[in-house]
Amino acid sequence: MTRLLVLWCPDWPVVAATAAAGLAVGTPAVVVSANRVVAVNAPARTEGVQQAMRRREAQGRCPDIAVLPDDPDRDARLFEPVAAAVEELAVGVEVVGPGVVAVPARGPAGYFGTEAAAAERLIDQVAARAGAESLVGIADGLFAATLAARRGLVVEAGRSAEFLAPLGVHELAGGTGAADRAELVDLLRRLGIRTLGAFAALDPVDVTSRFGADAGHAHRLARGLEQRPPSRRRPPVDLSVTHTPDPPIDRVDAAAFAARGLGERFHAGLAVHGLACTRLAIHASTGNGEELSRVWRCAEPLTPTGIADRVRWQLDGWLRGSRRPSAGITVLRLEPQEMVDGHALQLGLWQGGHDEQAERAARAMVHVQGLLGPEGVLTPVLAGGRGPADQVTLVPWGDERTPAAPPARPWPGRLPTPSPATVPQRPVVVSVVDRDGAEVGVTGRFVLSGQPDEVTIAGAVRRVVAWAGPWPADERWWELGAGRRRARLQVLLAEKSEQDSQEALLLVRENEKWSVEGVYD
Amino acid sequence: MTSPAAREPGLSGKGPRKSHAELEAALAQKTGPRVLPVREGLAELFPWGGLRRGGTVAVRGSAALLLSLLAEASAHGSWVAVVGLPDLGIVAAAELGIAVDRLALVPRPGVDLPAVVAALLDGFDLVAMSVDRVGDAHARRLSARARNRGAVLLPFGGSWPGADIELTCARGRWSGLGVGHGHLSARQVDVLARGRGAAARPSRAPFTLQGGSPHAALTALPFEHKFEQASPSRSHLS
Repeated sequence: MTRLLVLWCPDWPVVAATAAAGLAVGTPAVVVSANRVVAVNAPARTEGVQQAMRRREAQGRCPDIAVLPDDPDRDARLFEPVAAAVEELAVGVEVVGPGVVAVPARGPAGYFGTEAAAAERLIDQVAARAGAESLVGIADGLFAATLAARRGLVVEAGRSAEFLAPLGVHELAGGTGAADRAELVDLLRRLGIRTLGAFAALDPVDVTSRFGADAGHAHRLARGLEQRPPSRRRPPVDLSVTHTPDPPIDRVDAAAFAARGLGERFHAGLAVHGLACTRLAIHASTGNGEELSRVWRCAEPLTPTGIADRVRWQLDGWLRGSRRPSAGITVLRLEPQEMVDGHALQLGLWQGGHDEQAERAARAMVHVQGLLGPEGVLTPVLAGGRGPADQVTLVPWGDERTPAAPPARPWPGRLPTPSPATVPQRPVVVSVVDRDGAEVGVTGRFVLSGQPDEVTIAGAVRRVVAWAGPWPADERWWELGAGRRRARLQVLLAEKSEQDSQEALLLVRENEKWSVEGVYD
Repeated sequence: MTSPAAREPGLSGKGPRKSHAELEAALAQKTGPRVLPVREGLAELFPWGGLRRGGTVAVRGSAALLLSLLAEASAHGSWVAVVGLPDLGIVAAAELGIAVDRLALVPRPGVDLPAVVAALLDGFDLVAMSVDRVGDAHARRLSARARNRGAVLLPFGGSWPGADIELTCARGRWSGLGVGHGHLSARQVDVLARGRGAAARPSRAPFTLQGGSPHAALTALPFEHKFEQASPSRSHLS
């Protein structure tokens, strides 16, 4: 479960309403909806005004109290500066409701050292930027974190359930943005279930079947589980960076110079928002209106040098390549296509211990991708399959290394090792004949129609000295149009002289034709 | 235990001058070993006992031989790039001991082949490439680049003007495959090396390129003859 940091501004409706009404801090005030007090500030509370009181009663206890109307829109609007202040220090901010924001705790905690330090910084930041008092709580899951925030606590990882157990069941109803559970709370109390721990001890199936789906959700919360994953708020800022070189770039050294400045500007723009780029689009337009663009994928967040290198290589590739634009580049734009949260970068900066060889190789590969495009450099992943070509998935460098088929399964009909060292991309058609000169075929039951005696490759007739097979492969017959029936045969061809090498081939028969699938050279 | 002071003179300017071997060792600490390891049996073909950094080793005729040369260094942590060889069997590479997660393939470099190889020599310990469509001038330049960067260039498939040593296969003999039974299991070859400089003397070494021990593989299976005369319709079923 995600560890969340929740920042809670106490009595937010009152704080927002007094701020909107321009009242002095310290004036007792209440927000009233339908003649009932919904929020009280601290000075009014000391006068004995409480939530859920009638308006008249509140005015009776405190005659000079300011009675303010309830307006959720105003609360939300005024809360925006608080959310923005939090966002300056942490990414992935989710506004749970007016007065409550949640952020994943990992990023700021990693950045500021400890969770307590991060909490302190956030409280200071909110007080300085938005002038609002706040409390911070950290726990696993939104519900526990919100309750921790009410108490200003940091609950250790994995101990949310313990933290929740002694709290009263009325907490289920009080959550901001949660469904109205007053009835459920009342019912539980009447049943003698007074703490969340007691409620959590009930069987979840019993709770759902007796009290309905919403009680089931409430029960999940009481057990310290997540009701739903928080959806991250993405800053809707335009983070792309445009550069208009003057004079237009038409030389590689000028491109290198432009790349450095642009890379740093782009990176700084992202870093302000605590983001790092993992997919970068480079667009360029030339004086003659040509549009060039290419997307770079990276396994890790890009550093300023990494961005500058890619821009330089890309410009290098465009300016030196075969499809060289007819005029100099006049507009250059970098656009982040995929970003990761700051915690990936914040941790990566300090803990990114890397193998130096791997880094050098990665730089070389990225350089080649600049010349040939991202698909130009491939890394193989061993996959499952029967033929030598099926057992390899080629992945462009920087992409995730996932095999096309799981390699660990049994693949009946797979050829025994060793595998052919040459696997022709396009199969070479050959003919295989038996002693009588008749073509060797394979029956529907994968039986050879004769013993292979001669193989004709590209017009040259070679005698077969040994052979084995067929290895049947009847694949994907259950899928329309994707089914393939093949039979494989190993043949050893006679050497031409004493010093010559024997040639071994892997032949495959499909659609009544033999072809060379592999050469054991 | 030796005190630091006792070791000091060798490093200070006043002490005896460092021997060549010491310098090599000091250099090796900085840049990694000067000679990348190769499989047992191939090492004796090289005057340096392995693939010397900065060298060019041309391989002809056998992709498995090329992969065997790369395997040991790759297994010890070196990165390997293969340029312009789209037909290379990756499964065979993995079987021969190449770490595929440290293997980069540039199957179709097109006209940029020299530029691609030059870029890869900057970052990779071993770069294998196809000799097709590479002129003499480019070839010499790439060999010089490899020397400069301390990488090993392995041109495959033909002659290479700047090669220190050229390896070819001869007398390749397979075992394990019968007539209608068995499967290719082991291959014994003679590897021929000839080159220039320290490697000028041609040498030849028997080598088990693929499969298990040559002894077991060379002995014919005792039942091989039983099925020799069997009818064609039955032999494939065994």
